[in-house]
Amino acid sequence: MTTLRDRAAIIGIGQTAFSKQSGITEHRAACEAIRAAIDDAGLAPKDIDGFVRYDIESNTELALIYSLGIPHLRFFAGVTSGGGAVCGTLVLAAMAIATGQARNVVCFRARNRGKRSISTPGKFGGGRPWERQPQQVADFYQYHTPFGLITPAQEMALIYHRHMHEYGTTTEHFGQVAVAQRTHAERNPNAVMRQPITLSDHQSSRWIAEPLRMLDCCLETDGACAVVVTSRERARDAQHTPAYILAGAQAEGPIHIQLSDYFTHRNEETGGRSVAKQIYEMAEVSPRDINAAMFYDHFSPAVLTSLEDYGFCKPGESGPFVAAGNIQWPHGRLPVNTHGGSLSEAFIHGFNHILEGVRQIRGTSTCQVENAELVLVTSSNTDPTGAVLLRR
Amino acid sequence: MSQKSETPVPVPNFDNAGFWEGCRNHELRIQRCCACSALRHHPRPLCPACNSSDYDWHKVSGRGTLYTFTIVHGPTLAAFAAHAPYNVAVVQLDEGPYLVTNIVEYNGTPLRIGLPVEVVFNDVDATISLPKFRPVKPMSGSAATLKD
Ligand SMILES: [Zn+2]
Repeated sequence: MTTLRDRAAIIGIGQTAFSKQSGITEHRAACEAIRAAIDDAGLAPKDIDGFVRYDIESNTELALIYSLGIPHLRFFAGVTSGGGAVCGTLVLAAMAIATGQARNVVCFRARNRGKRSISTPGKFGGGRPWERQPQQVADFYQYHTPFGLITPAQEMALIYHRHMHEYGTTTEHFGQVAVAQRTHAERNPNAVMRQPITLSDHQSSRWIAEPLRMLDCCLETDGACAVVVTSRERARDAQHTPAYILAGAQAEGPIHIQLSDYFTHRNEETGGRSVAKQIYEMAEVSPRDINAAMFYDHFSPAVLTSLEDYGFCKPGESGPFVAAGNIQWPHGRLPVNTHGGSLSEAFIHGFNHILEGVRQIRGTSTCQVENAELVLVTSSNTDPTGAVLLRR
Repeated sequence: MSQKSETPVPVPNFDNAGFWEGCRNHELRIQRCCACSALRHHPRPLCPACNSSDYDWHKVSGRGTLYTFTIVHGPTLAAFAAHAPYNVAVVQLDEGPYLVTNIVEYNGTPLRIGLPVEVVFNDVDATISLPKFRPVKPMSGSAATLKD
């Protein structure tokens, strides 16, 4: 059977600086990150013939080809969702390349979410989308917002409180994720938050939505990230070590923005667990073969549920798994979010995790896992989701 | 009251009007498939179990269990920030479906997952009432059974 296995590779990565206030628009940020990725790939804008973005991205491919001077696109698509879209962009790019619909595809995310960022008008044009909820709620948010359920932190708090109840997970386990990722960010000059934190700092940080504290929450960042994906054959001539997409998959699952029907349908066949099964079968690997993982971490306990979904521990055992130091670089069994993740490096809707996955394969991470051969990158596992396995 | 006017209100539509009409009449009515009797919430045009588009609005007991909750401190929408910290809950009805809601009238009762609750209605304006839940008062002489 023909699969996506090893059909495409990431040969270029690019980003803007990450900050709380970049002073530039999302459009300019996207252009800068994409141009940097094209340069890193050793290509020119004229070589790009495909684009994949998140469907909520404010930068359309049309706007981008005008700015970047790309003469002709043959493939363009948007992946449903926000944080659920991350790895799906690579899956679509690899499919387009494997079928000859495109040669060199850019995937990217640009996002101004700092409180004082320059925003483009419109629901997804920067700032906090939930602050612009209309007073008359006609869409499915009408089962959330009239009850004061407004923000992703509040939605996720409901999900993680249930995890605590079912498995004995504690807020200290959440804190151990936040502390581990901060120690990784301390070494990363790109990271917005680099000052050390302790578990006690975590436990004394203010409540946002119990059981989530401020230090459980991702940053609010201005910035953009992009990659260039090409075929396995063309990747051999790349100027940097290619990160081959060994496997990739997507899954629609229960979503945190429709919580009244979230708990009904979450089971072994949904979300991250479905993606895990697909990619391990495609790659013919198991969790023990994976050297590092970049898990989508809008909130620290998302790392816990991802460890379970992707089979690094049994359901309910992620808290003790983290408490035993397993996600800590350099000695942990599975260093996680070695760039600091969304909690400490930047929140670019998870796309910075793809760049860190590539750096691990290239051997250029500031928390480099020795002999990293196989790296897992995931999308948000409480949305439509996805994941890729990158190999050297 | 300006506070009230800023609070988000649902706009019923063709597919969910029966749910909100029930609330307005202080009855919790959950969408039920006429072909296979499966209950579903949130409302939607087709039964996910059998795909029938034939449904009615089934009055349920209004009893349920606190399945999970959060205490919101903020940030949150301005209309709610004045009331923080406040709770948001997911209640599982005895009949199965879940609802996002708030727990009210629980003074002195610490919220905990598993708490038996019953529906009460909060009239927001002339057309909209929101289903909220309060702890079930243990009946004198009979043992209140906890589900967790
Ligand atoms: Zn049915």
